[in-house]
Amino acid sequence: MSTESIAWPSTTGESRSFVDHLHEWITTVDHKRLGILYIVYALVFLVIGGVEATVMRIQLIRPHNDFVSPQVFNRMFTMHGTTMIFFVAMPILFGFANYLIPLMIGARDMAFPRLNAFGFWMTAFGGLLLYFSLVGANGLYGAGNAPDVGWFAYAPLTSQTFSVGHSTDFWTLALLVSGFGSIGTAINIVATVLCLRCPGMTLAKMPLFAWLNLVMAGLVILAVSPLTAAQVMLLLDRYLGAHFFDTQAGGSAVIWMHFFWIFGHPEVYVLVLPAFAFASEIIPVFSRKAIFGYPVMVGATVAIGFISMSVWAHHMFTVGMGANVNTFFVISTMAIAVPTGIKIFNWLATMWGGKIEFKTPMLFCIAFLFQFLIAGLTGVMMSAAPFDWQLGNSYFVVAHFHYVIVGGILFTLFAAFYYWFPKMSGKMYSETLGKLHFWLFLIGFHLTFDFMHIPGLLGMPRRIYTYEPGRGWDTWNSIVTIGVFFQAAGILVFLGNLLWSYYRGKDAGSDPWDAWTLEWSTNSPPPAYNFHLIPTVKSRRPLWDLKHPDDPDWKYE
Amino acid sequence: MLQMRSSMSRFLAQTIVLLFWCAVAVWASEPKGSSPDGTNIFAPASTPAKSIFGLSLFVLAVTGVIFLVVFALLLYCVVKFRKRRNDDGREPPQVYGSNQVELAWTVIPVLIVVALFMATARVIATVQKAARPDNGIEVIAIGHQFWWEYRYPALGVVTANELHVPVSDDSRPTPTFIKLLSADTDHSFWIPRLAGKTDLIPNHPNSMWIDPHETGVYLGQCAQYCGTQHAKMLLRVYVQSQDEFDRWIQEQRQPATVGNAVSQGQRIFETTACINCHTVAGTVANGRFGPDLTHLMSRDTIAAGAAKNTPENLRQWILNPAAIKPGSLMPAMQLSDPELDALTTYLETLR
Amino acid sequence: MNTADLTLPKTELEWRLPSRGRVGMSALIAAEAAIFTIFVVAYLFYVGKSLSGPTPRDVLSPPFFYTFCLLSSSLTIHFASRSLRRWSFRSFGAWWLVTITLGAIFLYGTASEWHRLIYRDGLTISTNLFGTTYYSLVGLHGFHVVVGLACLGTVMVFTLFGAVKQEHAERIDVLSLYWHFVDAVWIVVFTVVYVIGR
Repeated sequence: MSTESIAWPSTTGESRSFVDHLHEWITTVDHKRLGILYIVYALVFLVIGGVEATVMRIQLIRPHNDFVSPQVFNRMFTMHGTTMIFFVAMPILFGFANYLIPLMIGARDMAFPRLNAFGFWMTAFGGLLLYFSLVGANGLYGAGNAPDVGWFAYAPLTSQTFSVGHSTDFWTLALLVSGFGSIGTAINIVATVLCLRCPGMTLAKMPLFAWLNLVMAGLVILAVSPLTAAQVMLLLDRYLGAHFFDTQAGGSAVIWMHFFWIFGHPEVYVLVLPAFAFASEIIPVFSRKAIFGYPVMVGATVAIGFISMSVWAHHMFTVGMGANVNTFFVISTMAIAVPTGIKIFNWLATMWGGKIEFKTPMLFCIAFLFQFLIAGLTGVMMSAAPFDWQLGNSYFVVAHFHYVIVGGILFTLFAAFYYWFPKMSGKMYSETLGKLHFWLFLIGFHLTFDFMHIPGLLGMPRRIYTYEPGRGWDTWNSIVTIGVFFQAAGILVFLGNLLWSYYRGKDAGSDPWDAWTLEWSTNSPPPAYNFHLIPTVKSRRPLWDLKHPDDPDWKYE
Repeated sequence: MLQMRSSMSRFLAQTIVLLFWCAVAVWASEPKGSSPDGTNIFAPASTPAKSIFGLSLFVLAVTGVIFLVVFALLLYCVVKFRKRRNDDGREPPQVYGSNQVELAWTVIPVLIVVALFMATARVIATVQKAARPDNGIEVIAIGHQFWWEYRYPALGVVTANELHVPVSDDSRPTPTFIKLLSADTDHSFWIPRLAGKTDLIPNHPNSMWIDPHETGVYLGQCAQYCGTQHAKMLLRVYVQSQDEFDRWIQEQRQPATVGNAVSQGQRIFETTACINCHTVAGTVANGRFGPDLTHLMSRDTIAAGAAKNTPENLRQWILNPAAIKPGSLMPAMQLSDPELDALTTYLETLR
Repeated sequence: MNTADLTLPKTELEWRLPSRGRVGMSALIAAEAAIFTIFVVAYLFYVGKSLSGPTPRDVLSPPFFYTFCLLSSSLTIHFASRSLRRWSFRSFGAWWLVTITLGAIFLYGTASEWHRLIYRDGLTISTNLFGTTYYSLVGLHGFHVVVGLACLGTVMVFTLFGAVKQEHAERIDVLSLYWHFVDAVWIVVFTVVYVIGR
């Protein structure tokens, strides 16, 4: 049997042409290859989204700047948000889930490999469709431009009256198409985790990574669907004369907000739960201890999943829903802070009494803990609705959610990259470059997003292409912009590290970190069939049991 | 060596970041807007803003304490439990969990949440269920792309972009109640020093109230993305003494003063498309799409705060609005230079 | 380190997990249920809020016969599935055909109702809020019936070629799950549109 794997050409001696390789990758249904396709796709869009952010920050470096016109700026923030959420964060997290879940649960592939491929290609085409708007959409300002309605596209700004041409339709269709892909992938993850675990791996014994992605998939199924429904309604309004959001016919602009945020809030948990998954796998290994409180971590995850479906209108505190409704969403939002906080404490308790090794993945995880703590606390501030009446829709909110998404999610993603790169490529990355990336990015992140809170506190709303001098916003905006360049430098070092290490890195072996979950028991990179023999497990850390036969986990669990 | 240096430098970096953050918080909390030009949410000048400010101090204190405690624990972990150079290579004792600890750090956050919630619920009720005293002023604010229309129904005044309200004394309050409507897309009315923001949503009337305690000009701007020129939909609220306010009302109620002969500028105004959008009370112009211009010269700014109200800016605005506010819905009027001069002169008479 | 160390003789462990077809289809049904929920919420929210035009009371009459047909098709598909498990292929084919026929009759009913609403009563999706929410909700359901019939039709073609065997019973069951879902949604839609909304 050919030991065909991802990184190396076939060893059977036939030389295969570039077209053959391309064909293999395009038609693949192997979860590892699809995972890598997702990840590479997302990295490309990460750079594009980063350029969009840079353009905005240059425009905002000083008041009344004219680097770009308001029309271009408005397209930038719409595309930046839409790209980063739907074509960077979701694909990259699906990519890691696809790659790792079968390996971690001792399976040979996902439950539905062809559905897997369908999911990836739908996401890919969705992204291309969104960017095709740059040439294909007839917007208000002439031929070819991107949507400019904001990533949450509030009605009635998106109606034909106020969004002439097709740019909004590209937004709608791109998200519809990639939404089907996301739902497909989520169904696949649920079926895989529930149906393909190896013998002995009960739900209580599977890695937290699998649990967190299972709950994430459940949220995708329940939350992306409402967005799909709302998108269909918007298309019906725009093209068949329907009146869902047509305020002139008695329709409601607020109901779009409800439908969008019923998607939008669980969506951020869709993004953050996999980040928690990375942290829950990496922190124990580099602390040399089992995760503290596994059952509580599972319980907290499920609680977060449920509660997250009930907090959505905290994005609408200023909309005028009435005191009683506001009060309900205050309590539900504050409630979700409890299981989230419990997770932070459990990660700390995992590190407590351990022997912490400050390799690059762990550095990123420690920064994640610090930053996610702050992000959670600024979230608690805004959950106090009257405080949100000041902070909402200002740069304080922008700072908060970037703190979560960049400071929390992206940092754990970097940790995940460095942690699993040896497994996926068979090579070790450069630790020096990894640390350089970490420090550059850390400095840039804090320069930008710490100081971004301040203009919000001083009254600066979001989504403005320029601002008035003399309100105390100028200096802070300049500092925020400068941080962007440090982050860009960090990303360049990161990409360079990945490329250099892929071609020149030392062989990593199957278990460079002395870790305990099943993916480290097979080759790096894993063969197409993952495992020679499907393993049987007795505890949550099967490799710990093997390495410590006198002191196995299953005696204590 | 690398590990120890790494952990120490991380400790340093995180502490520096923390100190920075503290310094900044202190800086930011200084009332920047003790001069009336501030938009600092921590410089409240009206009861809603003050209630929010009080709540915010409580919330900041609680979250601040939580942050310090957890950060200290993190720092301690990272320093105390780092792998030493002379490590013996054995795995540390494996601790799988502890029910008591889990209970403790569940119960304590729940109690904190209950306290925060109760404080919050009280302020929501204070602001959103406030009783309406009889001597309040009522204003209807209508959001447009990209300007603000104000109507004082009981006082018979219609104006645009610059809101005038009387100052309110706690002993005998004269609050202003603002009903918020929209003529097109979503907007949001935000004057940080006077109140939290409330949105203007078509087919969904909202209301808010302010009772400013000091006279002066309070600044803000639209806080819900409403289209191309969302950024320049600025707000100016003039808080005046009761006498000044009454005088302003009287002036605003007058129709436009028209000279004996209809000037050339007025003729241009009334025969080009201006009257399709604009109203000048007492003349044939009664368009509703754009701002009411009857007392244009009583305002400090034009184009919803995008430019100062000077003859040059006014002329430029009519000649080419895109030079001041690209994407605004005012069309360039394609007038010749003499026509522009005459028109500007006419507009200058609308005091 | 290789996984050979981690395996145990198969006889030592009884290991049963749910079938991935059922789990996958259930997850799909959950997603579809969420989509329908949003349309139902929109329908209920807009009841009575149309500014003009025909109202439900004016133009709607509950389609009892067509509803009966659709709901019976759940029963007939169950019989078909049972027949297949018992190797009665003829019986399976017959019940399957009846199911398709009943579904088609239901679609005809929807189509004729829409024809009447559009041409006699002047109600379209753009007439008013009632029209918007009615056509979108009933239409979304009808679309799912069409997709279901396409799948059922495909199986019918395979059956006529003799390609459907007893070992396919599990897949037939998974497909029936979808069909039962379509029927359950109709119960909800019927209640919301013809009972509550009128």
